[in-house]
Amino acid sequence: MGLYFLKRLGLSVVIVVVAVTMLYGMIHLVPGDPASIMLGPRATPEMKETLRVRMGLDRPFVIQVVSFLGNVAMGDLGTDVFSNRPVARIVLEQVPHTLVLVLISMGWAAMMGIPLGAFSAIFRNTILDKITGVFSIAVIAVPSFVVALYSLLFFAVYLQWFPAIGAGEPGDLVSRLTHLVLPSLAVGLSWVGYIARLVRASMLEVMGENHIRTARAFGLPESVIIYRYALKLAILPTITLIGVSIGRMLSTAVFAEIVFARPGIGKLIYDSVITRNYNVVMGSVLVSTALFVFSTMISDWITALLDPRIRENL
Amino acid sequence: MATEPVLRVHNLSVNFRTPRGPLQALRDVDLTIPDRRVSGVVGESGCGKSTLISAIIRLMSDNADIVGGSVHFQGRDLLKLTRKQMRAILGDRISMVFQDPMTSLSPVLTIGRHMTDIQYRDRIGVGEKRKRAVDMLASVGIPDPESRLGQYPHHFSGGMRQRITIAMALLASPNLLIADEPTTALDATLEVQIIHLLKELQERIGCAILFVSHHLNVIAELCDDVTVMYAGVVVEKGTVRDIFHRPAHPYTRALLKCDPAVIQEKTELLPTIPGEIPDLVDLPQGCIFASRCPEAGDICLEGPPPLVEIAPGHVAACVRLTEGGTA
Repeated sequence: MGLYFLKRLGLSVVIVVVAVTMLYGMIHLVPGDPASIMLGPRATPEMKETLRVRMGLDRPFVIQVVSFLGNVAMGDLGTDVFSNRPVARIVLEQVPHTLVLVLISMGWAAMMGIPLGAFSAIFRNTILDKITGVFSIAVIAVPSFVVALYSLLFFAVYLQWFPAIGAGEPGDLVSRLTHLVLPSLAVGLSWVGYIARLVRASMLEVMGENHIRTARAFGLPESVIIYRYALKLAILPTITLIGVSIGRMLSTAVFAEIVFARPGIGKLIYDSVITRNYNVVMGSVLVSTALFVFSTMISDWITALLDPRIRENL
Repeated sequence: MATEPVLRVHNLSVNFRTPRGPLQALRDVDLTIPDRRVSGVVGESGCGKSTLISAIIRLMSDNADIVGGSVHFQGRDLLKLTRKQMRAILGDRISMVFQDPMTSLSPVLTIGRHMTDIQYRDRIGVGEKRKRAVDMLASVGIPDPESRLGQYPHHFSGGMRQRITIAMALLASPNLLIADEPTTALDATLEVQIIHLLKELQERIGCAILFVSHHLNVIAELCDDVTVMYAGVVVEKGTVRDIFHRPAHPYTRALLKCDPAVIQEKTELLPTIPGEIPDLVDLPQGCIFASRCPEAGDICLEGPPPLVEIAPGHVAACVRLTEGGTA
């Protein structure tokens, strides 16, 4: 059992290393010399050359990648050439904001979507099932930025229930939470629909399986059949979906952070791409990649905990 | 018979709703199982064996309707019970063993979990429930049952799993065990073992068994009485001796001829019954077997033949039997 978890962890580390190498290569294929963009049109060739050396861009590509990976392994993501601060610190300042947003969005989406889907499956083909079906498709179809803008207009400007922008006062939990309501609504809403549809489909599939009929033939109470026998199996694809979608959410968070003017890793990537701030782009993309890889790893771990066939099949 | 039979199915009819109209899967099926007897139901695929079982335990698919008849179990009509009353009987007085042991247990729950869950009615501690489970597993021949409680279904072979489902079914000492082709998914040597196990446990527990199979040898080995079904109706009923030694209905005779074990002449092709089961949405006028019957005549197309008593306890539905002596 422990072996599966270790192997999965090792695999995650390998994926991160490969992904980072590819990212490093891709970002250097973007046209334009970073040094001349950063220094502006009036920079002298000597100034450009100095900056290039400082950023390590004069060395061969392979050396750059290897030394970058080596530094990353020691927790050094380089230095922001603008502010002269360590990139690792800049990124780590922003990560918690994004992480809280993503986890709260996914949390409420799962807490709504799973019961909604199970409920749809149990009352399948009734009017209630059809209503949840229409609701799910509707929220999947509405783009998140539309939800963001309209919820801003309605709840923040018109009703003035929730603050419109920022992440709240540091140290003030209530302020932090009220600032999270609208962004997490925008980021999470469509996932309620996805999760509800998936749970409904897998629930219906599982409820038709033979072992459910066996459980019924033994007269087990319907609640035990649904929660212990059916949901434990039906939830597995959903856990995988949630793990993968944490990564998707990291990219959705980019616009949510821009619309709601929240600090966060999405806004950091956006700002640093605009200014061609290579080191910060690399650092923050690397951290989001790692977040994505490790969230899928955690969902695999949970799946393995629930399903003995997965943890034994390696 | 002096004592009340355990199960008495009377005139049971089941329709499936289909886009083409009602499919009459069971028509006026009668079946009586006396206490402590093993009763077999035999017939080819699609004859309504499984529909009969799901109607008895009331676990039918959504598009099936019971359109008539009654199912009396220990004097109560199961078809009139509420879901809750039915649930109280299932797994306690009536137990099931299903066909495919590979899928009839939950893949994510341990054997111990399955076996303690089904004892939810008993107000005893988990330790006691596990002990009972261990004893039952030992009596169906699972070696080292104590340590195997923590294992999952996929750790067991098909034969072992079927032993486990039998152990589960007999844990509550039911009055009636319904076995739906429990050996069909197993190979021949295991089949014999499972049959002997069922026979032994049936004698020990003293329950009646409703055993459904398309395999004649198994029926002959295990059962006291046999009901032969064809296309949703009972065509012949009798003791094992009656059915195997004095088959009265042409379908029963055809079925017996198709059994590879009784073939004596050397042939290129295994014998089959030519033709197919008739369309149950649009039923033929006369005898349901007429279209495939080697002995069919004009008289067979006139109307469905009633069940005629040939000897005490031996009935068959064929007009030839009333025409003049044996057909």
